[in-house]
Amino acid sequence: MLDYEPDIITNCTNTLVDSLKEAGYSEVDACIQCGTCSGGCPSGERTALKVRTIMRKVQLGIEDILSENDIWYCSTCYTCLERCPRKLPITDMIIFLRNLAVQKGFMLKSHLDLCKKFCFSGHGVPIDDKKWKELREFYGLKKVPPTVHSHEKDLDEVKRLLISSKFNELINIDSEELGIKKKVKVSIVEETLEKYITEEEKLKISKI
Amino acid sequence: MVQDKKYSLFLGCVIPNRYPFIEAATKKVFQKLGITLVDMEGASCCPAPGVFRGFDIDTWLIIATRNLTIAENNNYDIATMCNGCYGSLLEADHQLKSDVEKRNMVNYHLSKVNRSYKGSIKVKHIIEILYKDIGLDKIKNRVKYGRKNKLDLRIAVHYGCHLLKPSEIRPWGKDSETPHFLDDLVEATGCKSINYLDKYRCCGAAGAVRSAFKEISLDFTREKLTNMRAAGVEAIITVCPFCHLQFDLGQIEINKIFKDRIDAPFNIPVIYYTQLLGLALGMNPEEVGLIKDKELSGVPPFISIEPFLTKIGEKLEG
Ligand code: SF4
Ligand code: SF4
Repeated sequence: MLDYEPDIITNCTNTLVDSLKEAGYSEVDACIQCGTCSGGCPSGERTALKVRTIMRKVQLGIEDILSENDIWYCSTCYTCLERCPRKLPITDMIIFLRNLAVQKGFMLKSHLDLCKKFCFSGHGVPIDDKKWKELREFYGLKKVPPTVHSHEKDLDEVKRLLISSKFNELINIDSEELGIKKKVKVSIVEETLEKYITEEEKLKISKI
Repeated sequence: MVQDKKYSLFLGCVIPNRYPFIEAATKKVFQKLGITLVDMEGASCCPAPGVFRGFDIDTWLIIATRNLTIAENNNYDIATMCNGCYGSLLEADHQLKSDVEKRNMVNYHLSKVNRSYKGSIKVKHIIEILYKDIGLDKIKNRVKYGRKNKLDLRIAVHYGCHLLKPSEIRPWGKDSETPHFLDDLVEATGCKSINYLDKYRCCGAAGAVRSAFKEISLDFTREKLTNMRAAGVEAIITVCPFCHLQFDLGQIEINKIFKDRIDAPFNIPVIYYTQLLGLALGMNPEEVGLIKDKELSGVPPFISIEPFLTKIGEKLEG
């Protein structure tokens, strides 16, 4: 996904609105362009982010918002979502737009690095220097916290789940690279599936 | 006092791996209040709501739910010390409780590692536990320092966005713009919560902004610090390690990056709420992690807490 580097998307289509609606953000049409969102946005005060414009471009299907940095300037402070008179879940929609951008291969280098750290250690901010262990000791704590850092088996679980959701493919990491063999035991999967999921739902899920 | 109450303590990343004194102080202070915080063995990153959710919502939901199942197996509600972890875990729990399709999708993935989500526990921020479960009155009754020797420092309270919003999925009622529960908790210790311009604004760290655009993210913080300084505060109180980092390490970074845009370098001590509460309950500064490891370099607290400790010392002796 990330081995080519497209510059900018210039499409104008209906797919933006459709995918937002499909994901449950049916409110997208309700935006009246009042600008309340931009007015209270602490990021827009200092960056190119104009939330109101993002919402308009979504309605019009102008897809350049996916290839530009603006949606990544949002600090997810939720001020716009709280204040929108039409009750658009704006911040959540921006997060969804980010997902679409990543699917199209637009991800910032620093974010990719963060993802790698997370995939390999189970922590977005891992203990990657021995001074952090010493610091823990200084405050009377165990050198290594009782998280995935102390439990190999749990880290393995996290990696398996990342493979299961295909997160590793999204950021171009091979499952073998993560130290996990591709096949999970099919029998276990199907057996546990029965417990939670009806036939109908099983069909739906097979598409995931 | 609540007796023998237990919670599953969710650590997250920044607290155990960068700001461990928050973990140490919170455990001790809760112990003193009669609450045991049980570790969640094998928990991972929450994963960060503004970061990993922005890359893939389903992955975020699956990993967050895996963390929830650890607490379900412990059988104790979750207590978090981080606004980001709070946002992730609370919202994941909320989504799975209200959306069968999502729950099935997540349980399908979790079945591969022999886990399943049941929806049997609640997610709380430690501030909610202190304010709602224990209550202001009980805390005030436990505070050791009375009228004579009050800890009456001038404090800038910083709530942090994800503690308050989206308000629909938070326990604070409709008012996300001017709440006062944290001010009340700070004042319960004898300190004064000082009003400052745009008090409820974002610190700028979240949403993966700090990692990609550090200067932009620090510009949010610069504005907040300027307003705090103008109000004449003696310390900043946080309830989130990422806000904490943004104010603590952030001041050092701002003093460099924005050298020409600030009147003078910033050096306001940054204290986590449970550290302040611990002092008020009669614990000594070392017990609540208000001490600097002088052997190690490049570790927090980056802004000296000495001025804060000196003032506290004067108050408590006087
Ligand atoms: S506040 Fe809501 S209705 Fe107004 S412009 Fe923004 S998204 Fe549209
Ligand atoms: S959530 Fe993002 S877009 Fe909305 S006000 Fe905050 S920074 Fe601006």
